[in-house]
This record gives sequence, structure tokens and C-alpha cells, in this order.
Amino acid sequence: MTFLHIAIFIPIIWAIIVKSLERFIHRLHIGWYVLPVPVFLFIYFLTYIPIIKGGDVHYSAMHLMHHFMMDFNLYIDGLSLLFALLITGIGSLVVLYSIGYLSQKEQLSHFYIYLLMFMTAMLGVVLSDNLLMLYLFWELTSISSFLLISFWNNRARSLYGAHKSMIITVFGGVMMLGGFIIIGNIAGTFNIHEIIPQFELIQSTPSIWIAIILILLGAFTKSAQFPFYIWLPDAMEAPTPVSAYLHSATMVKAGIYLVARLTPIFSFHDLWIYSVSFVGLITLVWASFNAVKQDDLKGVLAFSTVSQLGMIMSMLGLAAFGYNHGYNDAVFQVATVGAIFHLINHATFKGSLFMIVGIVDHETHTRSLKKLGGLMTLMPITTGIATVTALSMAGVPPFNGFLSKEMFINVMYMAMDAPNNGFNNFGIIFPILAIIGSIFTFIYSIMFVIKTFGGKLNKDDIPQVPHEAPWLMLTSPLILAVLVVFFGLFPNVLSETIIEPARNAMLHQSIEEHVHISMFHGVNKALISTIVIFIIGSILFYFLKSWIHLYDKHPEKLTLNYYYDRLLDFSSLIARKITQSYMTGFTRTYLVYLFSFLSGLTLFALVMKDIQYSLPKLGQITIVEITITLIIVISTTMIIIAKSRLFSIIMLSCVGYSMALFFVFFRAPDLALTQLAIETITTALFLICFYHLPKLSRHEEQRRFKIGNFIVAISVGLSVIAIGLLSLGNKTFDSISQYYIDNVYKLGAGENMVNVILVDFRGFDTLFETVVLAITGIGIYILVKLRLSKGGRRNEKTR
Amino acid sequence: MRKQDNDVILRSMTLVIFFIILTFSFALFFGGHYTPGGGFVGGLMTAAALILIIIAYDMKTLKEAVSIDFKKLLNVGLIFAIGMPFVSMLFGKNFFQHFHTYIDIPVFGKTSLHTAVLFDLGVYLIVVSVTLIIILTIGENE
Repeated sequence: MTFLHIAIFIPIIWAIIVKSLERFIHRLHIGWYVLPVPVFLFIYFLTYIPIIKGGDVHYSAMHLMHHFMMDFNLYIDGLSLLFALLITGIGSLVVLYSIGYLSQKEQLSHFYIYLLMFMTAMLGVVLSDNLLMLYLFWELTSISSFLLISFWNNRARSLYGAHKSMIITVFGGVMMLGGFIIIGNIAGTFNIHEIIPQFELIQSTPSIWIAIILILLGAFTKSAQFPFYIWLPDAMEAPTPVSAYLHSATMVKAGIYLVARLTPIFSFHDLWIYSVSFVGLITLVWASFNAVKQDDLKGVLAFSTVSQLGMIMSMLGLAAFGYNHGYNDAVFQVATVGAIFHLINHATFKGSLFMIVGIVDHETHTRSLKKLGGLMTLMPITTGIATVTALSMAGVPPFNGFLSKEMFINVMYMAMDAPNNGFNNFGIIFPILAIIGSIFTFIYSIMFVIKTFGGKLNKDDIPQVPHEAPWLMLTSPLILAVLVVFFGLFPNVLSETIIEPARNAMLHQSIEEHVHISMFHGVNKALISTIVIFIIGSILFYFLKSWIHLYDKHPEKLTLNYYYDRLLDFSSLIARKITQSYMTGFTRTYLVYLFSFLSGLTLFALVMKDIQYSLPKLGQITIVEITITLIIVISTTMIIIAKSRLFSIIMLSCVGYSMALFFVFFRAPDLALTQLAIETITTALFLICFYHLPKLSRHEEQRRFKIGNFIVAISVGLSVIAIGLLSLGNKTFDSISQYYIDNVYKLGAGENMVNVILVDFRGFDTLFETVVLAITGIGIYILVKLRLSKGGRRNEKTR
Repeated sequence: MRKQDNDVILRSMTLVIFFIILTFSFALFFGGHYTPGGGFVGGLMTAAALILIIIAYDMKTLKEAVSIDFKKLLNVGLIFAIGMPFVSMLFGKNFFQHFHTYIDIPVFGKTSLHTAVLFDLGVYLIVVSVTLIIILTIGENE
């Protein structure tokens, strides 16, 4: 255990401290007390850069549940450091921003507790080396995200969004756990860095595709890939700092992290390569296509996030492709670097854009693109930041988005040209999808800026006339925008410190070749494509009004949300129908189930099991036994067909006394005595109750019900007879009664063996039977004396 | 159901039979270890004798004649039944281990004393009180 283990838990511990000190904090915003935590952690993680840069890794182990192979091992290499820096860095900015965004009237301590809990969870996900610990933190991110989305829990939409994201991400998480367990069982360990060297063993396992599908389900649901992206637009009901932090920069990249982390293990499998790259591409195209039609600013950004995540995902798929085939270092090199670089870029510009939306919302009280417009002169700084970051998102030089977008398109061309891409002539599909997606990305990015800040201000539409936001809120997006420009102009600052170690970590080998990102490297296909994208995008945006109504043709019945809602309704409906169909509320129905099951099980056992059907050795049947049996049979039949209750009570006691007679003839005097006494008392009790009971209502029962009961009763009777005969005829060992016969006087000092067994040898049973009797007596007393009426309580009546 | 006041024969016979049944129940109880009987049947018989009083007279008479709260008697019985098994632990033996010894009493001769009888006494008291609690509760209820 090292300081790193504690560092992960610092946010959650700090949350507890802040909560307990809350009552002493009145004047200052709680956010100021929270802010030092992510800043400190960011600086702490920065100190690892020199280690990582030198090609070393930091590994610290801690036994937690070692027996179950669940160890709290932490591992810092380039990839996890990149994510840790993103989490703490963006986390600091988001906390700073939230101080301005959230007013003191909100339940601030709750907000920061959830946020810090999320920070711990996310750090745990990216730093854990153990798959089971990773899963633990993974679900913790789902839970804290659930809490943050439903922060304004008096709004129905928030609860709906939280519920939806919870269901989808936890579904994926549990699937992922299944995949982890399969992998762990094959490799014999859950530590990722012990699994990677065993990839040949994993490769030779034929059913590994199940694990791949399960793990990818986890990654795709978390990272909002097609068709699981539907939770993310609804998660926009969260406060904007949460959207900026969780749903653009960190949590949604957990799936990306997982795919990148497991690439060395699974890249051999075509299923992994093609599902990651194609799901990513489809997500890119579908989400960027849908982003254009959104009216809500956050809706645009949500779909944009989904599409950018799809873009990163597809690059990871091609990185795996290159890693596997290894025909040409260039593909997976560029794909890997592109994925990592775009990951950073996306975090910067998308975090900033979300914060801008928050400012606009804060100043105008609306996020609708139809109402907004003409904010440029009123909010110049906000406009500037928004323009820079949105252009970066669109992939315009000289911002960082351009660089990674170039790499992306470049990779797509390389994949098309790759000799064994498994598609032969269909390889052209890669760049085509990429270009279509990029065109739509360009359109919505431009639309975002121009519709919000350009044009004229409609003072009637906007709830509040805006003015420039306070500096407290502008600081964070400004820092991110500066980073956008800085990384665009000097991308090689990142290349040696972060990107190269991350690439080496992801490919799990150290590549000597240095990454060099340059703004312009000659006229090539990618550059031409980018220019084409800009031209087509501009034209399409110019004529946006004339074709935007095409989206209305898209019927609601074909959206995934429609199917999700229908699925939820349908499953609860089916569950309710099923439950209602068999839980009738009538005891007799449940008795029919129980008895049918009993006889059915007996029949099944008799048929399926190979049983020796040997009948018992019968004793001599005497005339007395036949007589008593006849009496019992006659009186039992009488009980069944009796029309009056009194008659059936008397017939019942007739059976009881006949049983006592049986005990007499089978030489059981104690039983006979007890049976006689008990039978008398129960008959007396029946007669007492009889006075108050209504008449038997047999004639009301339906004939069908009677027949069903008859069949069940007969089958139960026959099965009990069968069990009795078979068990009597197949005794496997002798009785232990000889011991009692021998020792009843010697040890128990008695001659009545029954009684000695009852009070001495097996006195324990008697002890509790008497307790049962006592409870019965008390129970009857309470039932009779303490009668609670429907309305209220009535105390025990005393006379 | 109203009681008839002139049940002279029943009441007179009850006075005689009550003690016979009571004696019989004691006999069943004490002879339990050697002959058929024991705490359970003995308890039922005692209860039957008391019920006979209820039938011949009424509840009030029984309460005057036997001024025992059967709910308290139930507790006494439970103490005997549950407490007895623990006694053997006080002497360092196993839970629920019985002791017995034989002594010579001048009149009765060689007699066995057995701790199992104390346990049986608990059973006896529980059976008596539970039976009477049930009968009295239901009988008094309207």
C-alpha cells in the first residue's frame, strides 16, 4: 500500500469532512473548500510524468481479497496517467466553474459529495490493474452519475434520465463482469498485466468471442455507442458542470479506456476489431446526423459527444487491426496516436463548450436554439471562447481538433488501402463514413455558434436579457480554450510527455519511433478530404433552412428511444400480466399448485429414477384391522360428501377414535391415550366453533373446479401411497431402536421406552414441542382478546 | 347457553369424579417413566377434570375453586421445561443430561428419583395451562 492507494480515496474522504463541517460554513461557497482536492491530485499526478516519460511504470500492490484474486493493485502507465490527469484537471476546472454556476440555495454539499465520489470512482477505474476492482469502481461511477443526473430530483425529466442511464450502464456493467470472469478463469488471474502475456492462451480458447461480446457491451454502453447512446441525451438534465465533467470529458471515456486497455489482449480477434471500428463509425455518422436537428444547446452537445466518442472508438478499432496484422506500423501508430490525441482534444473543447452552454443558460434562462441569437455583442468573451472551441470541434485549423481530425481521416484511408482488411472492395466504406460524419460535425459546430451568437437578438423570446458572465464562470472555459489553441499550435508538447507513453501502454510494447504531430505535411488525401468537408459543410449549412425539415420525415417509431420506452413498458406489462395470472389471491389456487407439484415431482422421480420396485414384506392382516380400516374409509368418505358441518365434525372424530383404536392394536398405549384425549378436546373445540360458523357452501362450487380438485387429490393420494410403499419395501439399513431397547433402563432409569425417549434421549424435541404448545395458547388468547377493528386500535378488553 | 340450575345429579357426580380423574392424572403423570402415561397425557387428564367443573357448574365456579391464573402457570411450566436442561450445565455436564438415584424411604421402599420428572412437570404444567387458556378464552368470548 502506497500513497497512491490513499490518493484515490482522498476525494471521498474529503467529501465526508466537508459534509461534517458544513454547518460551520456559511459565508463561503462550499466549492472553494472542495477545489483544493482535484488541484492537489492534478499536481500529484503531474509528478509521475518524468517517471512515465522514461518508459517506466509505477506499480503498487495491495492484497485485499487475495483468495478471490481480487487485489487492489494500482498501475500507472501512460494510458492511466493520461486519464488520471484528465479526471483531476477537468475536475478542478469543473469545480471552479460550479462555484459560479450553482447558487448557495442549492443542496451544495450533496452535489460535491456526489462529484467527489465520482472522482474517486473514476480514478479507481483508470488506475486499477485488477479487473474485479475495475468493475467495482466502474459501477461506482454509474451510481454517482445516477445521483448527479437526478440532482434536481423534483423534476420528472431528471429522474427519467437518471433511471435510463442507470439501467443502460448497469446492464453493460454486469455484462462486462461476466466477460471479466471468463477472462479471469482462462488466465487464472484478474490482473491485467498478468493477463496480457497470456494472450496466446486466450487466443486458443474457442469460446472467447462470448467474453469479447460481453466486455464490449460494457464499453459500448458506458461510452454511449450505437445503439446504447440513448441515455446520454437524457442525462443532459443534470446540472451543466456535471454534463461537462461526466458526460463529455471523463465517464463516457471509461469505455474508451477499457477498449484501449484491453487491446493487447483481444486485438487478435476479428470480432473485436470490426465491432469496435464499425460501431464507432456508425455512432459517428448517426449521432452527428442527429445532432443537427437538435433544438436544445445541450442536446447538440450530447449528440456531438456521442459522435466524437464514436470517432475515437473507430480509431481504437483500427489500432487493434494494425496491432494484429502488423503488416505496416503506420496504421496502428497513427490510429493509436490519433485516438489518444483526440481524446485529449475532445476533453478540452467539449468541456469548454458545455461550460459555455451553462453560461448562456445562466444568463438568458433558455437553451433553445430557436429563441437564442445575437448574443455576440452582449457577451463578447463567451462568444470568443465558443467560436474557438466549436471550430476546434469542427476540425478547422489552427486548433487542435483539426490535427486529430486529419489523423482520423488519414487512418481511414490507410484502412481502406490495407491489403488484408477483410473487406476487399468494400474498404472504401471507411473514408466515406468518416467524411459523411465529419460533414455533419462541421454543420452542427457552425450552427452551434451562429445560431447562438450570430444574428439578431429577439428580446421578446428570451426570458432574460443577458450580459457578460462573471469572471468566476469564465475562467474555466477560458483556460480550456487557451489549451485548445495551445495544443493546436504546439501539439508536440504533448507528444513526448503523454501521447508516447500512452501509445506504448496501449500497444503494450515500447516503440522507439517518436510521435511528431505537425499542422501541415504536404497535400495528401486527408487534406483534400478536409477541404471538401469544409466546402460541402458550408454549402449545406447555407441551405440549412431548406433541408432541415427532412428530419421531420423521420418517424418517431423508428427512433431508439421509442423502442427503449416500449421495451420498458412492455416488460413491466408482461411481468405484471404473468404475476397476475398465477397469483390469484385464493389460497385454494396455491394449494393446487403445491399439490400438483408434489404429485408431479413424485411421478417424475418414479419414472426417471431407476427404482427397485420391491414391495414390502407384509405382516398378517387380521380381521380387526380390516374392520377399523373400513370404518375409517367410510367415515372419510362421509366427511367428503357431508352436507352439514356437524355431521362432518362427528365423522372426523370417528376417524380420530379409529386411529386411537389402531394405536391400541398396534401396541402403542401412550399414543392411544394421547390420541383419545386430544381427539376429544379437538372435537369439543370444533363444536364450540361450530356454533358461530356459517353453513357449508359446497353447492356453490363449480363442477369444473370440483373435477380439478378431484384429480389433484387422487394424484396426491396415489403419490403418497407410492412413496410409502416404496420406502417401506426398500429399507437400506436397520432401525436404531435396538439401542433404545437395550439402554432404556440402564441409562434412562425407566421402563416406558416412549416416555424415556421423549424426556431423556430426545428431550430436545419435547422441549420445543411444549414451547409450540405454549405459543399456540398465547396466540389464541391474543387473537380472541385483542380484536383490532378496521378503523383504529382497540386495546385488550379486560373484564 | 344457559346452565340449568337443577343439575343435582351431574354436580354431585362431578364432586366425586373430579377427584378420581385428578388422582388418575397424577398416577399417569408419576408413572410415566415406567408405565404408559407421562406429562402430556397427565396434563390433559388434569385439564379434563377442571373442564368437568366448567361443564357441571360454570366458569365462575372454577375460578373460585381454583384461583390460579393459568397464564402465570404457563410461565412456571416454561421455566421448568426450559430451565431444567440448563441445570445440568451448572454441574459441568452436557446440556439436557438427566440424573437419577435410588433412595429408600421408610414407607414407600426403594424409590427412584429422576430429574427427568422435573422436566416432565414442566410439560405437565404447560399442557394443563394451555388447554385451560384455550377453553376459557373461547368459552368466555361472545
